[in-house]
Amino acid sequence: MLLELRNVTRRFGALAAVQAVSLDIEAGEFFTLLGPSGCGKTTLLRMIAGFDAPDQGDILLEGANLAGTPPERRPVHTVFQSYALFPHMSVADNVGFPLLMSRRTREEIVPLVREALAKVHLADKAADYPHELSGGQKQRVALARALVNRPRLLLLDEPLGALDAKLREEMRSELIRLQRDVGITFVFVTHAQTEALALSHRIAVMNAGRVEQVDTPERIYEQPVNRFVAEFIGTCNLIDATVAAATAAHLGLDLGTLGEVVAPAAPGIAVGERGTLALRPEQIRLSARGHAERLRNQFEATVRESLYLGDVTHYSVALANGRTLQALAANSGSARAQLFSTGDAVTVAWRHDAGHFLR
Amino acid sequence: MKPTRSVGHGQRGKAAGMRSRLSRWLVAAPPSLFLALFFLAPSLIMAGASFRFPGELGGLAPLTASAAHGSDHGLTLEAYAFVFGDWVYLWICLKSFAIAAVTTLACLALAYPLAMLIAASPRKRRDLLVLLVILPFASNFLVRVYAWMIVLGPMDLLYTQTAVLIAMVYVHLPFMILPLYINLEKHDPALLDAAQDLGANAWRRFWHVTFPLSLPGVFAGSALVFIPVLGMFAVPELLGGTRDILIGNLIKEQFLDNRDWPLGAALSLVLTAMVLALAWGTLRLARARTRGLA
Repeated sequence: MLLELRNVTRRFGALAAVQAVSLDIEAGEFFTLLGPSGCGKTTLLRMIAGFDAPDQGDILLEGANLAGTPPERRPVHTVFQSYALFPHMSVADNVGFPLLMSRRTREEIVPLVREALAKVHLADKAADYPHELSGGQKQRVALARALVNRPRLLLLDEPLGALDAKLREEMRSELIRLQRDVGITFVFVTHAQTEALALSHRIAVMNAGRVEQVDTPERIYEQPVNRFVAEFIGTCNLIDATVAAATAAHLGLDLGTLGEVVAPAAPGIAVGERGTLALRPEQIRLSARGHAERLRNQFEATVRESLYLGDVTHYSVALANGRTLQALAANSGSARAQLFSTGDAVTVAWRHDAGHFLR
Repeated sequence: MKPTRSVGHGQRGKAAGMRSRLSRWLVAAPPSLFLALFFLAPSLIMAGASFRFPGELGGLAPLTASAAHGSDHGLTLEAYAFVFGDWVYLWICLKSFAIAAVTTLACLALAYPLAMLIAASPRKRRDLLVLLVILPFASNFLVRVYAWMIVLGPMDLLYTQTAVLIAMVYVHLPFMILPLYINLEKHDPALLDAAQDLGANAWRRFWHVTFPLSLPGVFAGSALVFIPVLGMFAVPELLGGTRDILIGNLIKEQFLDNRDWPLGAALSLVLTAMVLALAWGTLRLARARTRGLA
């Protein structure tokens, strides 16, 4: 285990910014702390970097307790949200800074800086000053500077937040490539769920100072453990349900006035339990009424709103009992011909193995 | 529709450009006029005066011969011959520069930690501390120098070089603190976090980040201290001994006591030239300072 957090708690006055967080992060992992602003993810990052200390609990790096070790003596580097490049130093001097601080000689520093800049495609910008660079280039310099002397751990504090959408997508691929390249463990903090899903090996979803779920992106998205995770990651239809039947393969869920539906089995769920059926918009299929394929879970509905997004169309449909569902339809191929408009009568359906019951 | 609109746009753009240039001139005109009248003109008059003969009762001898006047008239280099012909003038000049340099360094050493402290204080306290720094300006400069006579007298320091230095530093300290504080206050604290994160201890954070970034403030404060100290005559006159006169006293004496305006003018021009040369040299040094890996 590279980094272990054991029951880490941090309070600011009456506010518990981080509450009893325990995490294990393995060497070589791209680990993401995901959560809304104020959930404690940045506080956690600052404690790992050493800028803040836990009130309770321990942070261990390769088994050694970091308590009492100041930031400058931790083999942990941070890429700050504002990049924090030194404005009075050239790109090369910025990147060489951590090497200079670890008292390497000029002969050692020059080739390492050149190599680090080549890795982020900025070999030709060595003599430039930060104010001459674009946002994306500054980002790359910050990355090169934080990686040049190979820390055990790289912390990234919303590093893509200041970039525009197009550049953000580019930097996403760049980050994945870079992390695989250098093999250094990344701990990435973000509130953007798409970023987290795209980049991470594992994600810790945080809310109000606690970790709600730690899992792979697929499992976080497909099997959220509670309503918060389901709603925070992507869009989710949450329908109150009572368990009517439970077999090894399926759950029968009573949706009240809507009747009964079938959902995939979940371990340890007993008949009579109340909970929520979480259903992703893309799991819901829309078809013109009367033309629906035969699916187990099927309801009549009316289109309330459609939002054409190019690759997909986002629909809001109202069920017979007034409840609205969000549905997503791909606009590829012949499906394009089946665009519905407001007021259309449609059939909504989802497969028996779609959805996820939340206690 | 579109092309005509874009043409109209272009013309409007040009007109707007001319208007903004005009308004820039209008804004710059009053201060320029003021400086031309009350700074440039007197300077030129003094430059001219340095090439004239002194009048008998002060002022300048006429340019043309007249019966009512003695034989000295017209233009001459006599004043400059006098300045450069006697080592004593050069010596006083050098001594003034040395005192100005020592005062500047002492102010820098005292002001830097103070400015850092103010910049690091919470917003409300910062305003109060800045107010305290400029509070001495609320009372008369000469009164404050006289107050030093009362302080230094019993300490047996009165009428010494040390007394002059102490008072010089005291008088000019705010001029060093303020530009430094204004500079340091703007520093992004994330830069210090980044430096620490990348392995810099407190001293190296200061030396590699805070100090180089504060150089504009250091230069501004140094100029604001160095130049006035160079021309200061009240402090050495009141607190210094008879041997502690500086170039400022010398110039003042020529105008008020010796009634030799041309010599005074020549001395002040030499002083101006030396200050400009020093400023130019410093600027060159500041630009050459950047040495790096690239």
